[in-house]
Order: sequence, then structure tokens, then C-alpha cells
Amino acid sequence: MTTAGPAEPAHRVLGMTDDEYDAVVEILGRDPRPAELAMYSVMWSEHCSYKSSRVHLRRFPTDAAWVVVGPGENAGVVDLGDGWLAALRIESHNHPSFVEPYQGAATGVGGILRDVFTMGARPIAVWDPLRFGPLDDARNRYLLGGVVSGIAGYGNAVGVPTLGGEVEFAEPYSANPLVNVMALGLLRRDELVLSAASGAGNLAVLLGAATGRDGIGGASILASASFEDGSDGKRPSVQIGDPFEEKRLIEACLDLYDRGLVVGIQDLGAAGISCATAECAAAGGMGMEVDLDAIPLREPDMAAAEILMSESQERMLAIVQPDDLPEVLAVAEKWEIEAARIGTVTTGGMLTVRHGGNVVAEVPAASLTDGAPMYRRPAARPAGQEGVWSDTADLPDDVDAAATLLRLLDDPALGDRSWIYEQYDHMLFLNTLVAPGHDAALLRIKGTDKALAVSVDGNGRLCHLDPRCGAAAIVYEAALNVAVTGTRPFAVVDNLNFGNPEKPEVMWQFIETVEGMSLACESLGVPVIGGNVSFYNETGGADIYPTPVVGMLGFSEPALAAPPRLDRAVPGMSVWLAGPAATEAGFAASAYSRIVLDHLGGRPDPIDHALGRAVVAAAEQAAGLFPVVHDVSSGGLAVAVAEIAMASGVGIALDVDDWRELFAETPLRFVAIGLDAAPPPGAVPWRKIGTIGGDRIDFGRYGSVDVTEAAAVWRSALRRHLS
Amino acid sequence: MKVAVAVFPGTNCEHDVTHALAGLGATADLVWHREMSLAGYDGVVIPGGFAHGDYLRTGAIARFSPIMTEIGAMAAAGAPVLGICNGFQVLCEAGLLPGALIANRELAFICRHVHIRVEHADSVLTCDAEPGTVLRIPLNSYEGNWVAPADHVAEVEDGHRVVLRYCDAAGNVDHASSPNGSTNSIAGLVNDAGNVAGLMPHPERASDPALGSADGLALLRSFLAAVPALS
Repeated sequence: MTTAGPAEPAHRVLGMTDDEYDAVVEILGRDPRPAELAMYSVMWSEHCSYKSSRVHLRRFPTDAAWVVVGPGENAGVVDLGDGWLAALRIESHNHPSFVEPYQGAATGVGGILRDVFTMGARPIAVWDPLRFGPLDDARNRYLLGGVVSGIAGYGNAVGVPTLGGEVEFAEPYSANPLVNVMALGLLRRDELVLSAASGAGNLAVLLGAATGRDGIGGASILASASFEDGSDGKRPSVQIGDPFEEKRLIEACLDLYDRGLVVGIQDLGAAGISCATAECAAAGGMGMEVDLDAIPLREPDMAAAEILMSESQERMLAIVQPDDLPEVLAVAEKWEIEAARIGTVTTGGMLTVRHGGNVVAEVPAASLTDGAPMYRRPAARPAGQEGVWSDTADLPDDVDAAATLLRLLDDPALGDRSWIYEQYDHMLFLNTLVAPGHDAALLRIKGTDKALAVSVDGNGRLCHLDPRCGAAAIVYEAALNVAVTGTRPFAVVDNLNFGNPEKPEVMWQFIETVEGMSLACESLGVPVIGGNVSFYNETGGADIYPTPVVGMLGFSEPALAAPPRLDRAVPGMSVWLAGPAATEAGFAASAYSRIVLDHLGGRPDPIDHALGRAVVAAAEQAAGLFPVVHDVSSGGLAVAVAEIAMASGVGIALDVDDWRELFAETPLRFVAIGLDAAPPPGAVPWRKIGTIGGDRIDFGRYGSVDVTEAAAVWRSALRRHLS
Repeated sequence: MKVAVAVFPGTNCEHDVTHALAGLGATADLVWHREMSLAGYDGVVIPGGFAHGDYLRTGAIARFSPIMTEIGAMAAAGAPVLGICNGFQVLCEAGLLPGALIANRELAFICRHVHIRVEHADSVLTCDAEPGTVLRIPLNSYEGNWVAPADHVAEVEDGHRVVLRYCDAAGNVDHASSPNGSTNSIAGLVNDAGNVAGLMPHPERASDPALGSADGLALLRSFLAAVPALS
């Protein structure tokens, strides 16, 4: 199928290779119709089909006794006991947010919420891990401001609290910011709904917004291709969010589940109606007849392919029994959303689409989903990797640790992030026991003794130096963050942000990352219950750092009555450091190397997984013994203790005999502070390193600084860099 | 006391309000905005959220919802009516309270604990609170900046209708440090009769020490105590 003249063949315009086009012809036994080609192009896009990653994702450990739904559905689901389930999902909205930061970020929130309430869960919290280029560039400041406004504008209005995230700044993200979003939902076991359509004769009902031309080809054009210059031309492919529509859609769907009216349901995200109808049908081993003329449209003259590919937001496809249709329509009317019967479930596995009375598509539903191509792309370690490893930081013999601390606290990624999270409603639902600004957010489940902690963590620089080691390190960091709230690491979701998978170096980074994450998760006994892969984070030929982001769910029952907090240190308490001693390799990708030395090189120490498991267990135990327990991460021990001193409004004196102890970011370390609490027994080394008291952060012969002065620098850091 | 908690499409604090009121022993029912009757209810709360999406002025559409007729009638009859955050905006838009809420001074959403001072105890919102008490309660709004024409501000001040003001932890009111730029640091006010109250901070979010503060209970308790006090 070609167009006249020198123009590109239609399938290439839609992002398909010639081989993929030939595969479609073979499946159909004929040339595809335009609407069919549109459907295959989006469903077989990298974003929807995971065609470059699927063979590697099988490596992840996904089994545990408490896993109810693992990878593959809209969200992973785990069992919290007594009939309670938690649903967790992470996604990326990187390219849309670069093209239009407010709407890109806003619709990212909307999409992740639909993934969660599709499972029958009420979404109860959102997290947003963000990465931008340095803030001395006005465009990066614009992107950060727009993204934060978009998250706040959508999340606050839709009525789901945003409980934090993380933010990192580095040059490779200038042309390709990362906007990831994770949502947590809560449901009762009997409310769990899956996507599979079953029962021939059941009806497909489209709920929510009318279908328009926004977001056409978002999955194939925006999410599955690299950026060249002039990405403004892709702005029409960005969807527009309407949190008010989504809020009514959430309430209507939860009401439908409550009444037992839904056989199966699927949200409309990437690839819109094509994807939702194909996935519902394929998951149930069924077919579906779809009538495009029944779909409420914003513009009456839309072509079949446009209707099928539209990524208009705030839509859901519910499969219901014919007898229940009147009640379904009544529920929709109550919540003031549109509902349209658009199709019927059939046997035979064919997805048949009619428009204007004609059949515009007739394809095997499963060929769109399971039939997507799968690639084992070539992988090779980057030629320069050895050079990166041998380029270690040139560390001085002595430093003024107090002055160095102030430089670190003035960094926008290390300074106070309240400018971001105070724009987010982070208290709705009265669950927030520990709010943003601590290692992990801690939520209660009202009416029970259960608590959930969540942390999201990534470290692009570290993964650039050594993706396997870096990926394992962030799994342990996330695990430590939930452990210090007194919860046990329970489940992981991951968002794997990478460059162009057609480059062997990028595939090597990807495979190494999956291996590192898998080893850490296996050691911790934590299943991976879902994830997302975002490839083609490349602009003008330059790839981002390999940036896996880990979302860790921690669970405890009974919850601690007084979970550790950063602001609970008082004079007279002892300061303990748990974990291994600092090493020079701990300066690889450290904040000290970045800020003071302007250096990125070296190779982190290999991770000791047995020690990692022991340290995480020790942190969870320590949370029940010490009022302050804090992970040592970015900025090292100096920043960790400064954060405690500033939050508690009290001084801290450390007795260290080597300044490297203060700024190394050797993984698997945490600080615990208490009056007379003793470290729990075990394999983890503990050292008493100081005391709480006075009004200075005191590093002995390496200098000291007034807590108030440090706090003033820390509080104004991000705001100052934004102005 | 039996309380109706009005729910508009886009309201999102309704479950939090009923949870907090139930914790104080009240019966609190969610009532959909299309409901025409509030027979059997002693008082009404309009909770926070984004009624009808608030894409126009906040509360501009909600004031036309069917339930507002009955809320107006209850207000006129002297029943306790409380608007929290978006509910305050709706009450102003409906003319049941003076002034309007506009965008915060810094043009950014604010979600954090703030300090507010109880100005007096002659209202449905403060009758069970001690004047001068400083409460620590979360603010959660983009349009929390109360404004009114100068003569209306004077009427509100002269009529002792300001019941809550933003202040520092020690209770000092300093307009420059008010979180959102609100006129005279006004955080909450009442109508002439004292039975219709609105405030921007969320007392239901400060209803449990585990959430960081239980200071909001004094206000909710006042509201529940208001029925016998007023009748």
C-alpha cells in the first residue's frame, strides 16, 4: 500500500517498519484497510507492545504468596489481608510533557488514575518522579513550573492526593525531561475487576468524554520515536486533560463496581478505542463488534482511523450484561457522564469495526496484542564504558565539611522541595501519617491497623556509570526508605526510562538494569508486580542517562504508633550509623563529585546483596526502636544528619576521623537516633558516631555551621534557582 | 444532630468531613446536589473540592445547583450552615456570605498547615472554642484570598463577623505573612446572624493527632453544638 509520488508509504508515516507491514499482510491475507493499518501501527508501537523489552522483562521475579495480579494487567495488585488489596501502577509521560508541560503532566496523572480504578480500586495517592535539565536554563525552569502546575492542577481537582516524588537535574534531561507518575489504589477483594471481556452477547459501553482529534497517534508518534528539532509540530498529538470529567468517571465506575454491573473494564489510554477493544476481547479469548457511529464525537467529520486512534482522555470501556444496561445508563446519568453502547462481545476472536454502515476493520483481536512483533535487539557495552570507569574522582586530602555542606544544601535537587509538594494536595482522605519531605510517605488504612509506605527512587547518574549496580542500589534505597517508616518492602513497580533501543549500547544498559533490579528484588524477596518501559528518550541523537525509577510499596501490620520522623531528635540522643564504611567508590555519581568537583566518572562498588537484605531488615527493626531513622543517600551522611538537625531544630555533633565518611554515597547505610535505644543484633555493622545537642551541625575538625544558617540556605535553594 | 453534607460533582472532601463528624458522634449523610429537600437535617456542611470543576469562578455554577435553594432556606431559618474551602467559595458566590475568594497572592496552590486565631466565640464555628486560641490547621486552596469592597470589609469587621484570622504560631497577625494575601488576614467569617460560616482551612484535616493536629475538632464541635445554642 503506497501513496502516489515520492511520498513515504503510509505505514512508515505511522511509524511501522516494512517488515512489520509485511507481517500484517500475512496475518490478514490481504493489504490492510486504512483503519486497520492505523490500529496495527499503534498497537504494535513500542509504547503499547513492549516489542524491544518483553523478552528481557521475563527476568523479573514476579511471584510471591501475596501477589493477586502481577505484570500484564492495568495495575499490579497485592493482598494486605482481611479482604484488603492494594493496586499499584507506574507510567511515564515524558515526550508529551516536553512538548506541552502542563497538559503532558496533567494527562499523565489522569492516565495513571484510570489504570488504578480500572482494577476496581479507589485511587488514594499519586507520586511524581521528575527529571529536568539544569535550572540555569530558562526553558528547563519553564518545564519544571509547567509540569508541577499540571500535576497540581489535575491531581488536586480530581481529588487524589499527591504524596511526593523526587526531582533530579542533569544536562541529558534538558532535551528530554522525564515525567513519571505512580498511583496507589485501595480496594476490597470482592471489588477486583479485570479487563477480560467474557460472554458472547455482552455489551461494550463507552463511558466518559466524547472522542475528539486530540492525541491522535500519541503512542506511535510521541512515545515511540525520537525527537528531532522542531517538536512543536507534535503538539496536536498531546492530549488535553479534564480532571472534572475524570472525577465523575471515577465515582461512576466505583458505583458500577459496587452494584456488580461490570463484567470487565478497560481504560482508554494509548491507542484509544483500538487498544481497549482489542485488549478486552483478546484477554477474554473473544471477539467484538464495534460500531464507530455510536461513539459520541467532538467533531462530526472524523475518519474511522482517527476515531480508532484518538487518545482523548477520561474514557473507559465497560463490558456489561444486556439486562444490566438500563441500570448502567442510570448510574452514568446520576454522575453526569456520557455512556454509549458501542459494541457487542462475540465468539470467534475477530474484532470487527463498522463506520457509516461499512466494515472498516476486521482483524483477529489477539493479533493486535499477543501478535505484536518481539525483538531481541543487539546489545553491546558502550565503547567508552571502560574509560568512564577508570575516570575516578580526584579527591582532596582535607575539606571544610561545613562549607561543603552549605554548597550541597544550596543545590536544587538537595534543597527543600516543599515549593513543589506544597502545591499538591497531599492530605486528602485523612490517611497521610507521614507527609512528603521524609524518606517515604506513610498512609494508614482507616478502620484497620495496617499502614502502607511508598517511596519512588531513581539515580540516572549512577546508572550511567554502572546500570546493573545502579539499578540494584535504587531498589535498596527505595526498600530502605519504606523500611525506616517501620514497613516491610512488599512489592515493586518500575518505570524504565531509556534511550533509543535500536542502539546496542542502550539495549546493554537496559539488560544490565533489569538484571541489577532482579538480583536486588530476589535478595529482598520482593516481587515486581508491574512496570512500564519508556524507550526513545533521545533527542537529536543524544540519549538520556539510563534512568530506571523504582516504586516501592512497604506494608506493616500493626503499624507503628509513632513511626520515625526527621523532626523527633532532641538533645542528649545518640547518633548511630548502620551499614558498611564509606569507600572511595562511594563518590562515583555522588552529589559531592557533581557539585564540588563537577565530575561524573568512576565505578561504584559491586552490591553485596546479602548485606543489602540484612540492612533493610535492620532498618525495619530500628524503626520500632529509634524515634529518628533516616536513609543515607544523595549528599551522604553530612546531608542526612543536616536534614535531621534542620527538621528537629537542634544541633548535631559527629565524631568522624575521615571527611570521606561525610560525603561518600556508599549504598546500604542509614542513620538511627535515640536516647538509650540499642542497635538490634545481626550481621549489620553499627557505629555510634555522634550526639544531638547545641545549635550547630558540628563535624569536629572538619568544621561546623549553625543549624539556622544551614536551614536558611536549604529552604531557599530551589526557589532561588527558579527565580 | 443530623448533618447533611452536600456533594456536588467535583466535591472531594465529603468523605473526610463525614468521617470527622461521625468521630464526634454526629450523624452525617452525603446528599447529592440535585436533592430538592433537606427535611430532617439540623445543619448543612458544604465540603471542599472543585464543585462542577470550578473552570469558571469558583462556586459560580454550584450556586445554581438545586440543593442551594434549600440551603438558602435553612440559612434564613437560622440553621447552622458551614462552608469549608470550596464550600466557603460557594457560600460567597450564593450571597450567603460577603466577599469573594480570589487567587492566592503567589499565584500557586498552597497545601500546608497554617496557624489561625479564634477571634471570638459568638458564631456557629467558634462557640465551643476559646477566643485568642491559636489553631494549627491545613490550608488547601488556590483561591483562598478573601476580598471585598472596602465598605463590605468595614461592615464585616465592625459587625464582629471575622471569626478566624491567619497568624503566626504565637497568635500575632501580620498581614504580610498571611499565607494567601487574604484581606485583614481573614481565614473565616460568618453572616450577621452568626449561623452561616465559611473558612478556607480544613478543620476535618486536623481531626486526629495521628494526622499532625487535632485542632480542627474545636471548630467542628462548635458547629455540632450550635443547634441547641441557636434554637
